[in-house]
Amino acid sequence: MRTRIGRKISLNTLALIVFAFSVFPVYWMVLTAFKPTKDIQAETPSFFPTNITFSHFGTAVNADGFWLFWRNSALVAVSAVLMALVIACLAAYAVARMKWRGRQAFILMVFIAQMTPWEALLIPMYVIARDTDMLDKLTMLTLIYFMVTLPFTIVTLRGFLNAIPVELEEAAQVDGCNQFQAFRRIVFPLLAPGLLSTSLFGFITAWNEFAFANLLIIKNQDQRTLPVWLSSFSNTFGTDWGATMAAATLFMLPVLLIFLVLQGRVTAGVAAGAVKG
Amino acid sequence: MAVTHVESTAEHAPAARTGSPAPGRRGRSLPVRLLPYLLVAPTVLGTAYLLVYPLIRNLIISFQKFGIAQLIRGGADFVGLDNYRQILSDDMFWSVVLRTFVFTAINVSLIMVLATLIAVLIGALGKKMRLAVMGGLVVAWAIPVIAATTVFQWLFQSQLGVVNWVLVALGFEQFDGYAWFANGTSTFAIIVVLIVWQSVPFAALTLYAAMTTVPKELHESAQIDGAGGVKTFRLITFPILRPMFGLILCLEIIWVFKCFVQIWAISQGGPGNATLTLPVYAYQVAQSLNRYDLGAAISMVTVVILGVALLAYFRQMFKEEGEL
Repeated sequence: MRTRIGRKISLNTLALIVFAFSVFPVYWMVLTAFKPTKDIQAETPSFFPTNITFSHFGTAVNADGFWLFWRNSALVAVSAVLMALVIACLAAYAVARMKWRGRQAFILMVFIAQMTPWEALLIPMYVIARDTDMLDKLTMLTLIYFMVTLPFTIVTLRGFLNAIPVELEEAAQVDGCNQFQAFRRIVFPLLAPGLLSTSLFGFITAWNEFAFANLLIIKNQDQRTLPVWLSSFSNTFGTDWGATMAAATLFMLPVLLIFLVLQGRVTAGVAAGAVKG
Repeated sequence: MAVTHVESTAEHAPAARTGSPAPGRRGRSLPVRLLPYLLVAPTVLGTAYLLVYPLIRNLIISFQKFGIAQLIRGGADFVGLDNYRQILSDDMFWSVVLRTFVFTAINVSLIMVLATLIAVLIGALGKKMRLAVMGGLVVAWAIPVIAATTVFQWLFQSQLGVVNWVLVALGFEQFDGYAWFANGTSTFAIIVVLIVWQSVPFAALTLYAAMTTVPKELHESAQIDGAGGVKTFRLITFPILRPMFGLILCLEIIWVFKCFVQIWAISQGGPGNATLTLPVYAYQVAQSLNRYDLGAAISMVTVVILGVALLAYFRQMFKEEGEL
């Protein structure tokens, strides 16, 4: 009996340690963002919120171009995801529901594309952007993020489609729907949760992307996205850690909300598609 | 080799699903037979333009003399294998390759071991603690790379950083005002901690999810037979989940090997060359030396090395899925 209780205590202690290590950096970021500067620079740091201030958020939000970069990021991420969603939906349907020559080769291509080391393509992307007059343009970033999220979107949507019985569509067709109507009325509503979780994953990838945004937006600084702004922010305001942490918190917020809302689905989706940026 | 294996297992798999729009398959009109190709056409075109073309372009640049002049004016000359000869005969390149392998090995082993331990731990916890730990992992997983990088710079800041404060409080006086980012080894260590911290949640949660699929009866009967926790894991859990472990291992190797943003944002490969790995090296050579040709050649080498890891990944995946 005693050993069982002892075991339980040590397990829970371990669990607390893991929990603390996972959460502490994020906690420290948010805490710093709310601390007055004199507390941040105090000899002995306080680990709990005592004096709360919103002034760092003010500094971050009022910093040059914050809303502009926020808008750029949202614009690029949302349009890339919408493009990927529509095009992946078509492809996933063809793969999951139809038989055609080259189907397996196509799936293999999608898998390979999913594992592409995008960072290795920075230089040619730059050259291509230059050749096509796409440097400093959000369109180029949108296209790249679309391509980065597309393979994953196809793989996951195919998984969701496979889970919807073909018989439902057939029944609708017997009742007089054509293939498109059957898809729209029967499959699409069932696919909606899959579309949602897949697109949020794509959104997170595009929202976070740094390397291409850093490379392809050079002269026209108004076209920068939030990750690039954040990294330059922490350089420019290197000593103002309160404002830097407030900016990082604001940057993290949409992603964290999405993750917390979709926790279960996200894990399931990952198991199905095996993804990460 | 992996590919042929794939084709053969894939042959019979789709059969179950193909009966769909059955009536009169042979007599289907041309538009109907073309439909699947129309549906995948946008994907194929997108991939051709945004993936295959850049790769080919990269290959071509790696065979050219391509500096800042060619970047601005165009008209690059072909120089054959000169760029490859130049990087392969550079000691610097080989030390970067070696460092990249060491970097990957350290990160991936830490990730796999910690993730496995945490996955087992989650399984052994009560409901409330389990939710707390999983929630904590999700938080660490969700924080965007650039935000996490910024936070780690703050945690390890020399004068006000909390890590130094804690270390001094624990009695390690030498960390008073210690400048982590001034020293190569400690910068390397911080980047490892950052990457492990960010990668463990995915691996741990996926492994835990996989472990829940192992039938409880097997564990119970093993315990009745007197096997302890470690033995049960070694004899039952691990063999059943071997494909899953292999899959995650391959993925982590690929991700860590090509990791760029964390290193670039924290140290840009420095101080000295202490954190210079292949992707960062390629970018640095291209950006700061304006040697796009050498950068392209280095990234081609990276792609080839990753291709080998990729083959292993595909073998695993097809073994696991058993169908395309």
